[in-house]
Amino acid sequence: MNKIEIKPGIYWVGGIDWHIQDFHGYKTHRGTTYNAYLIIDEKVVLVDTVKHYLYGEMLARIKEIIDPSKIDYVVSNHVEMDHSGSLPKILEEAPNATLITSVQGEKGLRRHYKRDWNFHVAQSGEELSIGKRTLVFVHVPMVHWPDSMVTYIPEENLLLPNDAFGQHIASAERFDDEIEWGVLKEATATYYANIVMPYGTQVGKALEALGGLDIDMIAPSHGIIWRSRIPDILAEYVKWANHETEARALIVYDTMWGSTERIAYALAEGLSEADVPVTVRSLKNTHISDVMTDLITSKLILIGSPTINNGMLPSMGGFLTYLKGLRPKDRLGFAFGSFGWGGQAAGEIEKFMKDMGWEVPIEYVNLKFVPDTEELGNVKSIGKELGKILG
Amino acid sequence: MDKYRCTVCGYLYDPKKGDPDNDIEPGIEFSDLPDDWTCPLCGASKDQFEME
Repeated sequence: MNKIEIKPGIYWVGGIDWHIQDFHGYKTHRGTTYNAYLIIDEKVVLVDTVKHYLYGEMLARIKEIIDPSKIDYVVSNHVEMDHSGSLPKILEEAPNATLITSVQGEKGLRRHYKRDWNFHVAQSGEELSIGKRTLVFVHVPMVHWPDSMVTYIPEENLLLPNDAFGQHIASAERFDDEIEWGVLKEATATYYANIVMPYGTQVGKALEALGGLDIDMIAPSHGIIWRSRIPDILAEYVKWANHETEARALIVYDTMWGSTERIAYALAEGLSEADVPVTVRSLKNTHISDVMTDLITSKLILIGSPTINNGMLPSMGGFLTYLKGLRPKDRLGFAFGSFGWGGQAAGEIEKFMKDMGWEVPIEYVNLKFVPDTEELGNVKSIGKELGKILG
Repeated sequence: MDKYRCTVCGYLYDPKKGDPDNDIEPGIEFSDLPDDWTCPLCGASKDQFEME
């Protein structure tokens, strides 16, 4: 196994999960990695671990570099099991190691593993000298769990931010200049949209706290390490944290017998005539976590469902539950649907949008059974009108 | 006694229980918490709470 040295004396010792496609409900088309880092100094430090089933890979990588029993400190920046899952085994290999984590980190790790490890709870801003280098621990609560912490090494200008700046990409490459930027940007956007988006305010605070630091490498806990594209990705993070979008439209719908789909396409036609770039996603074919990648850049969100048994389709109910949790702000919304009788779905979707704090400039459209040519013409006009409002 | 929920992380402040992590005794109304009190889970400030 080749040693992967990211800075002199600092090694990537993570695991590559080529096969994972479902990350607690988030579709990970490209797999992922769990990144752990080994720092060789007067003290030996392991920062984070890997998901339990890749422990062997991490251990083998560590053994290429040093006898694991020589590890003095293990830093757990985040309790979630994809990063903490190998703690029990590595702490058996390194029984004298101190486990450094945040206040909530200790509570969380005790609840997960029921072990009385040799904990050291780091306060935010606490520094630890490990020889030539210093570790600085900064709490970043809710980026993206209460326990979340980052580790900064000032002598190396190296930030180890755990899940922040991460992406689900399994690859042979480790650095941002070794992989195509469009792929990397999209994977980072998808990750932000599905994992970090609810906590824009907290991301803003974290960026502020980290703003004064000299950083020339950001090594997250998933995917590619940043060294050449740091200004680019910081700029994207600022935009996402502020819920800044583009003048684009996203249409998300599901359909029973094709009527709601026809309305969706009529809206798309009207929007196109108003020169608005529009993306059309059917929940039958597009995973909800992929819809979020489109949603993160779109200002105008059009959502449609037929009514079934006095409510919306369950696929739409699931999507809206997911969307509610991710809390996208500052959007324009428009609801639509079709029905045979009852017809509650479109109104429910519009109410959802208003409850989310979105602006709804035009009242919903709800058409009985199969829309006719005139009705579709009117829907197209609404699309055009929405396009004009979007500007 | 009204309960207040943190809009950031979902923590629920229940006056009947207080907030032992921040040395807040049971029986303290949310409005009577100090201005610099923060969510014991995620550190959000008081203005980020909403009444349940």
